[in-house]
Formats: sequence, C-alpha cells, structure tokens
Amino acid sequence: MEMIKQLKELKSSALKELGAVSQAKDLEAWRVRYLGKKSQLTSILRGLAKLPIEERRQVGALSNQIKTGLEESLEQKARLLKQAKLASAGEEGIDITLPGRHFPTGRLHPLTQTVTEICDIFVSMGFQVVEGPEVEWDYYNFEALNITRHHPARDSMATLWVDAETEKGERNMLLRTHTTAVDTRVMEQMPPPIRVVMPGKVYRYEASDVTHVPMFHQIDGLAVDKNITMADLKGTLYEFARRFFGEDRKVRFRCDYFPFVEPGVEMAIECLVCGGTGCRLCGNSGWIEVLGAGMTHPRVLERSGIDPREYTSFAFGMGIDRLPMLRYGIDDIRLLYGSDLRFLRQF
Amino acid sequence: MKVSLKWLEQYVDIDLSPAELADKLTMAGTEAKGWQVIGGNWEGIVVGQILAINPHPNADRLKLPIVDLGTEQQTVVCGAPNLKVGDKVAFARVGARLIDGHSGQIVQLEAANIRGVASNGMVCSERELGISDYHQDIMVLAAEAKVGTPLADFMGDVIFDLDVTPNRPDCLSVIGIAREVAALTGQKVRLPDISYDETGAPIEEQISIDITAPDLCPRYSASLITGVKIAPSPHWLQQRLLAGGMRPINNVVDVTNFVMLEYGEPLHAFDYNRVRGRKIIVRRAEEGEVLVTLDGAKRPLSPDMLVIADAERAVAVAGVMGGADSEMTGRTTAIVLEAANFNPPSIYHTGYTLGLPSEARMRFERGISPELTVPALRRATRLIIELADGKAAKGIVDVYPGKQEPEPILLSTGEVKRLLGVDFSLGQIKTALASLGFDCQEAKSASEVKAIAPYWRSDIGLAEDLVEEVARVIGYDRIPVTMPGGEVPRQNPAPIIGFKQEVRRDLAGYGFYEVITYSLTSLDLMNKLLPQPHPLEPEPLRVVRPMSTEQEYLRPSLRANLLAALEANRRHEEGGIRLFELGRVYQRRPNDLPDEPEMLCGLLAGPRFDESWHGGDEPVDFFDAKGVVEGLLHHLGVEADFKPADDESLNPAKQAAIVVGGKKLGVVGELHHKVIETFDLSEKACLFEINLTEILPFTLEHKLFQPISRFPAVVRDIALVVGLSVTHRQVMDVMTGFPLVTRVALFDLYTGGKLPADKKSLAYRITFQSSTKTLTDEAANKVQQKIIDKLSKELGATLRG
Repeated sequence: MEMIKQLKELKSSALKELGAVSQAKDLEAWRVRYLGKKSQLTSILRGLAKLPIEERRQVGALSNQIKTGLEESLEQKARLLKQAKLASAGEEGIDITLPGRHFPTGRLHPLTQTVTEICDIFVSMGFQVVEGPEVEWDYYNFEALNITRHHPARDSMATLWVDAETEKGERNMLLRTHTTAVDTRVMEQMPPPIRVVMPGKVYRYEASDVTHVPMFHQIDGLAVDKNITMADLKGTLYEFARRFFGEDRKVRFRCDYFPFVEPGVEMAIECLVCGGTGCRLCGNSGWIEVLGAGMTHPRVLERSGIDPREYTSFAFGMGIDRLPMLRYGIDDIRLLYGSDLRFLRQF
Repeated sequence: MKVSLKWLEQYVDIDLSPAELADKLTMAGTEAKGWQVIGGNWEGIVVGQILAINPHPNADRLKLPIVDLGTEQQTVVCGAPNLKVGDKVAFARVGARLIDGHSGQIVQLEAANIRGVASNGMVCSERELGISDYHQDIMVLAAEAKVGTPLADFMGDVIFDLDVTPNRPDCLSVIGIAREVAALTGQKVRLPDISYDETGAPIEEQISIDITAPDLCPRYSASLITGVKIAPSPHWLQQRLLAGGMRPINNVVDVTNFVMLEYGEPLHAFDYNRVRGRKIIVRRAEEGEVLVTLDGAKRPLSPDMLVIADAERAVAVAGVMGGADSEMTGRTTAIVLEAANFNPPSIYHTGYTLGLPSEARMRFERGISPELTVPALRRATRLIIELADGKAAKGIVDVYPGKQEPEPILLSTGEVKRLLGVDFSLGQIKTALASLGFDCQEAKSASEVKAIAPYWRSDIGLAEDLVEEVARVIGYDRIPVTMPGGEVPRQNPAPIIGFKQEVRRDLAGYGFYEVITYSLTSLDLMNKLLPQPHPLEPEPLRVVRPMSTEQEYLRPSLRANLLAALEANRRHEEGGIRLFELGRVYQRRPNDLPDEPEMLCGLLAGPRFDESWHGGDEPVDFFDAKGVVEGLLHHLGVEADFKPADDESLNPAKQAAIVVGGKKLGVVGELHHKVIETFDLSEKACLFEINLTEILPFTLEHKLFQPISRFPAVVRDIALVVGLSVTHRQVMDVMTGFPLVTRVALFDLYTGGKLPADKKSLAYRITFQSSTKTLTDEAANKVQQKIIDKLSKELGATLRG
C-alpha cells in the first residue's frame, strides 16, 4: 500500500503549496506540477493498468478522488485570488473607491419636469399641447371669458398692464393672468372635436412671499365635442389625479364658481401631509384644492364661434408651482425662481 | 363672510355638527374655510358684576374693581378706562386660558401682584376672550346676564368663516346662508316678522324721492322714522354685529348693519333734519362736485358717479359711502332710511376710482336683487321702532324704474343629461329646484320644467345655471365618472413644443442646469450688459404700474437674469457652473401684441472640469461654449456658420455670430470684461444665445440614410504652414471639396517656435474612402497631392518639413 501513502502525501503537499500561492499567475505552475500531463498523479493514473486488480481498484478510486479534489481546490483558489485582486489596490489593481472622472451633470428645472409629466398624462388621453402668448389682449384674458370690465373676478386677479397703446390710444394689453386666456384662441382656430392642454407662465400684481410670486405657471385644459359631459370631466381629472398623485389619493369634486364655466367645479385631493385628518398645510380641512374646472359657459363657446346647442365642452385650469412644492415638501415658492444650484441639484 | 350658528338657527333648524354643516356648504359651493367655537375654551370664565371700584394705592391709571361672582367676591387690578359700578362683565378666574392682549398667544391666567396689590383673576376684553381684536375696553355684558353663570352658556357660539363666491351676493347674508342650509338639509326657512305700526304722518307729505339716473338706480325705497332716541344697542344686537365682524355704534346704525348682514341689503340712515328741501334726488354727480364722506375725506366726484343728493347738494356717494354732512349724530331725532339698488358696474367703477372698499359696495357690485329693498327696509324700520322708540311714517316711498318680470327658464331632463352625463328624473330636478325656492311650473313637454328663480337669485339666467343648481343640491358626487367618448381629435402639435423639450434635454446632458427667472426685469440689470450705458434700442415693453423697479420691464433678452443668477450662485459655489434658460423674450410691434420668440441662453463659468485628483482646473473659454453650440446644432440637424460679430456684451475678439441660412440667429462668445465687472464676477465666463423660434425651420426634418462603405479607409496626416490670417474654415472648404475625402479633423494648431512670426501650422487627419472599391495608396496619394496643390495655390499653404 505504498502507493496509497504516496498519494496521500501528494495530496497534502499539493494543498499546502496551493495555500501558499498568492498570485493568480503562479496558479498555472501549480496546476502543471500537480495536475499536468507530466505530474505524478497523471503518471500514477497512467500506470494503473500495471497494478494488480485489487490494488488497481483502490489506487484508481483514490487517485481520481484526489484529482477532482485538487481541481476543485484550484478553482476555489483562483476565485479567491480574483476577488482579492479586485478588492485590493495592489501593484496591478486600482483603488476602485477613488472618485471617477467627473462629467458635468445638468438637470431640468423641477417645473419643467412637472409640466412635462402633466402634459404626458393628458397627451396619453388624446389631448394636444398648445401654447399661447403671454402678453395678451384684455379680450382673451377677460372679456371672452365673461369677465367684463367691472366683474368682481378681476379683483382677484390683480393685473399687470403693458404700456403699449393701440392706434386709438387704448391700453388693452396685459400680462395674462391665467392660461385660460388660450381657450378662446384655440376654439377660434380649431374646429371641434378639440382636446388640448395649455401650459405656460402667468402673471399677477402680487408682492413676493413664501406662497406668492408675480410670475408663476398654470396649465389649462379644454375639450369640445358633441357629447362632452361633466361625467367626462370627472373621468379625465380623476385619471389625471390617479396618475399624478397616486392610486390611493382620494379626490373630491365640489361646486365652485368661475365666470367662464357653468356648472363650476373645484377639485381637491386628500392632503398629502395629514392624509385627510387636518393639518396646517390644508388649513385643517383635510383637502388641498388642486384645480378649478367646469362645463364651458355657453356664452364663451358662442363668442368663439361654437354653437353651444350642438357642442358641449369642459375646461379646467390648475396652478403648477404648488405641485412640486407639495411633492417635494418645498416650503417657499420663491425657491423655484431663485436659480440657486443648491436647490436645483436636488431634483 | 362670518356667520354665527346661533343666528343662523333663528331662521332654520340645524341638527348637524359644525363639521357636517361646513362640509355640506363647502360641497354645494360656499366654502367654509373654518369655524371658531366661541366659548369652547372659556373654562373658568363666568359672568360677574362690578360692585365697587377702589383706587389703586400705588398707580393712578389702575383701579381695583370688586367683582361679585354670586358665590364669592373677588378684587382684581384693572387698567381699563370703562369700568363702571353695576356693569356685568366677563370674569376670568385664576387658571382660565385667555388670549394675551399684546402678544396674541394663549396664556393661562395666574394670580398676580400688580404694583403691590394682589389680583386674583381678570376682567376681560373682547380680544382676551377671542371674540374680536378690541382691547381698549373691557367687555360689558348685557344687563340680563345672570351673575355666576359660565360665560360660555351665556354667549357661546360657533362662527363659520365662509367664502362666498362672487356670483352669490345673496349669500352675503345670514338669511341667504339659511336658505342654502335649508335646501341642503330638507328644512324650511323661517323669515322674521317685518310688520310694524305706521303711526306717523304719511311719508309723501314729509319727503319726496326722485331718480334722475334710472340706468344707475333701478330702485330706491325709503321709510321715515321720527322721534328716535339714539342710544347704544342692546346686548343681543351688539353680539350679532360682533359675530359678523362689525363694531356696534348706536341703535340706528347698528340696525342698518344688522339688517345688511341679515338680508344682504345695504341700508343707509340719513338725519332727516339735515336733508335740505325734504327731497332726495338720485342723480349723477356734477362736474367738479366734491363730497366730504363719513371718514372725513374730501372726495372729488365726476359725472360717471351716482350720488344721493338733497335739494341743494350731494349727501352720499350712492352705494359706496355716506356724506359727513347728513350723517346721524347723537342728537338726531328723525331719520330717512334708504334701501336702494344700484347698477353694479357703476358701483364698482366709483368705489374703485375713489379707493373705497366697503361692505355695501361689495354687495351692490355683485348685483343683489332690487326686490330685496322693501323687505329689508321694513325689517329695519320695525327694529328701529322697537329699539329706538320712534314713529314710522305711514307708508314707504318706493321708486322702482328698473322693475323686471322674472323670466321662466325651460329645463329638460335631456339638457341635464347633456351637460352632466347622468339621468335625473324630472321629479328629482323639480325637488332640487323647489328646495332652493324656485317656482317650478308645468311645461308643454312631460320631460321639461318651467322654472322661475326666486327674486334673491339674481345670478340665474340660463338653463346651464339651473343644471348647476340641480347638480349641487343632489350632489356632485352623484355624477358618474366616464371618459370622453367619440373620436380622438387629430393631433398636430406645434413643432416648437417638442423642439424646446429636445433642446432642454440636450443642454441638461451637456451638464447645464435649467433655471427659470422672472420675465420682468429692471433697467438697471439690463444696463449692466452694456460696457457703456446707453438707452436700450428698441425700448423694451414696460409694465404700466410696476410693483417695483426690479420688475418693471419685459425682458428683451434672457442674458441679464442669467448673469445675475451666475453672480448669485458664485457667492456659494466653487468650480464650474453651467446654467441655461429657455423662455420667451418680448419685442414691441406696432399696434399688435409683442413678438415672443423662444430664446435659449447658456452660460459657462469656472473650470472646464472640477479640480480633482485627476488634475485639471483649466477655465472654460470660447471653444467650450462653441463646442456646446456645435454639439447642440449638430444633434438638431442645423448647419451653421460662425461669422465675426459685434455683440456689445461680449469680448470683441472672442465672439462669433451663429449664422443659419444666411441669418444671424445667435451668438457665442466670452463676456466683455466690463460686463464681468458690472456683474461682480471675478472670472471669465462664456455665453451663447440662440433664437429657437427662428432656427426651428432649419432643423433637419427628414434625415436621409447614407450607406456605410464596406471598403477600408486610408488615413493620412498632413501638417500645413499657412499665414496667420488663413482660417481653418478656408482650409476645410478646400479639403472637403475633393472626392473620396470623407472626414477631415484638425488635430494640432501650432505657432511660434521655429515658425516665422506671421505663420501658423495646422495639422489635419484626412480620411479617404470609396463606396465602390478598396482605395489603393496611389489613388489616395493622387487626391492628397491635388489637395496640397490647391491649398498652396489658393491659400499659400506649404507642407511643414
């Protein structure tokens, strides 16, 4: 049984030597020595035939067992060394925790991101994005929307007038106070059926504070067709709210007044902070007003050349700035217009 | 509008909690912004009576009232000027929670020692109890208050803060809100008794009324009460006014205010003896006429304003404010009570011009019903007789030139369905309308109703208005949720919309942060863009009445704001800064709205790459900015030339116009050193600006596929020596004009050294490739020689040795 003893010694010396290998390039030499064509183990296996039958079986089994064992050990060692190499900053490796070569990164403004997200939702419902002028005639901003010269609604939209005069010396040019000003322009230009959303900047004569700025963003929507109903308005806005605010956010429709719709609607969502139990953000009501809407007033349709007996229409309008503020917990609207990189980098 | 629950309950039964009531009103259109429980935190505050008032031994201004609380007496230190023996007061025991009169914070009352005298409690002001902001005097309770009763039992209430929409002037009244509550809860409204004994002489013998401007005054009603005794109002009346946010003055004025809050009809009381000629004329103001109003201000009037006048002069600005000269005084014994209706735009205009906001104006300009005058007038007359003695004249004067018969409106179940998308039965529709006081009459068709709006609903005129009434009474939550049917409209979005988005995304990819700045800017900021300030040409559009000089002009370019943003960020940012804004600028056009082109402006400052262990903190220069522009335009498929430019804000030697299709549509360059100084930047910065609206038509809409050659390319490097004035562009034009040349890249630019001072060396790598065969060296050599020959002939180029 000399052979058996030899084999066992071979195994232990091979494993000992393998344990001492510290670099992957030395593994090959080890393999050649112990598992190669000219290795002791190979020659033992080759010489098996010359052994007596009893011994042959024993030596054969052990040799094969040792061979597979060594092969496994080699593989394992190779893996270990590879890992060690990756993790170390040895002479061949690199310190992978060092900072990489930095490419400047930029971001889109959170308002741009929000407008895009909203537009994408409505576009997927068959709406088209339309833009109108920011400097607008009194007519489109007010008169066409039933807001006559002495309408109390004008008080709530403190207007910035522009100094340009018409031929007659009238000043009837203003910075639009709402994107609803685009409604009539759209209806004058497009034949029904119409489904549009109209994002953009709007302006008010307002001093800046944490919740007010003289320029902000709105988006209006308008649908005109033969069978548009308030149920459709609800469906469209619920779908928007579901996708923008999330599946489980409760939505409320209540009666409200806007001169250019009848019936009028205000949509609110369950408060994002308190979830409806009442907090400072929602004024203890549990609800946050998100938008105003309604069925477009027949006079508004008529003025735009659309017969209100043939067509019905819904319209909605919402402030955009509040949406990223609510979503990210921004507590001062002025940050949106402050161009501060410490702010912009966060979105 | 503040509405007291206790007051409301006089007209309608309410069995809802404040939260439920608030919700019902809110859902139906009148938002309850909140409610305040008066007396909810009045624990330890009881009705007391002042038995005696002793002087404070150590302070003249302080007194020591002894207050009877029924079971005990307490002495406190008090500085209020209106302490009177016998008055009933609100007494707070030690431990009660009060609002601090000065800080407005809620504090717990502690036993105190004030200037050497112990004070075990407090006699409270309205402010301390949270009833109003009034803090001059302590609150005096009505004589009927029972000593020792908790104050909350005597005068607790819930005050709702309601946001009444501008179309519902009828809801600027407690009865209006009661009607809403009744309709929403299936109750009936109880109206007050407005009858009274007319014991005086016939009114026609005592006063005449003439309306000479019936277009501005559809109705004028008046009563006359003689023998009135002006005195403070009783407790209950004062309390109602306080709850409604008004201050009690005297019994007559308080009644007019009370009835205004109750009915929504503003009333005005004139001192009868100061109305000259026993005549009231409702007329337009005369040119140059001036009236001193109740507040003591001299108001110049104009003929587009309506006044109430007597035989000699104006005595009030109609519907806006009374005149000082006909005002009631403590000695007034006879009054003419006015309940009128005025044209809303006229009131709006007058009030706006005179800068006078008022409760009356707010109601008139929203268009209250002229039918309101008489019930309100009778109600007020009755109350004045009751509270100020007085004798009412027989009859009232009621001049009503603007009377209109109410028009019935036809509403069908089909119309309701057409607008709401839900089937309500005619019965449901009628019930909803009737609950709001509509008179529902049979129509010709069984699916229609003829509805006549109640007189107070001046906002109703169309079938659509009725649909809203039906919807809000039945509940908006009963309207189903559907998606618009029918065909999806054809989409033809304006190309600029997607284009802007693409540009934004590219810039963000190039490491730029997007900013959005105000479109309104200042002259100062714009002037900072000029090395030498001079008037801006053309003059930018200006806002008529700007909020401040900071936001006075509509920006003619994006630059100034962007540079200001860079300046602001530099205060806390080191390293490279890259900003861009994409937005509109505004350019005057004669007799039309301004042009609003979409502009892009970008700014680079600081090192190209942030300093790091990789090295590199070289500052950006012209070619970084140009590289961004080239990359962007290449991606957008725009071919541009860069030509010399003369932009004042930029370094004259380092700027280029971006020329597309022969038009200058942008500029790129390093900032002028003066501009760097005015913006307080201590570094080189580069700017580019592109008119996106104008460049859009030059973008490649149809990209054509170029087959990829299967044959290998031959690459050759050549180094040329040319005169300093020869441009890269000239060399490129020659080289790219040859066939087989598929790509040319400048890889080195060299001056100085062994080169003559007037020469420079340009090294190019030229790629030759054929799409039909493998190029031989000879073939490439041939073209290369031709190129060199042509460069030599046309540009004087030689090969570098």
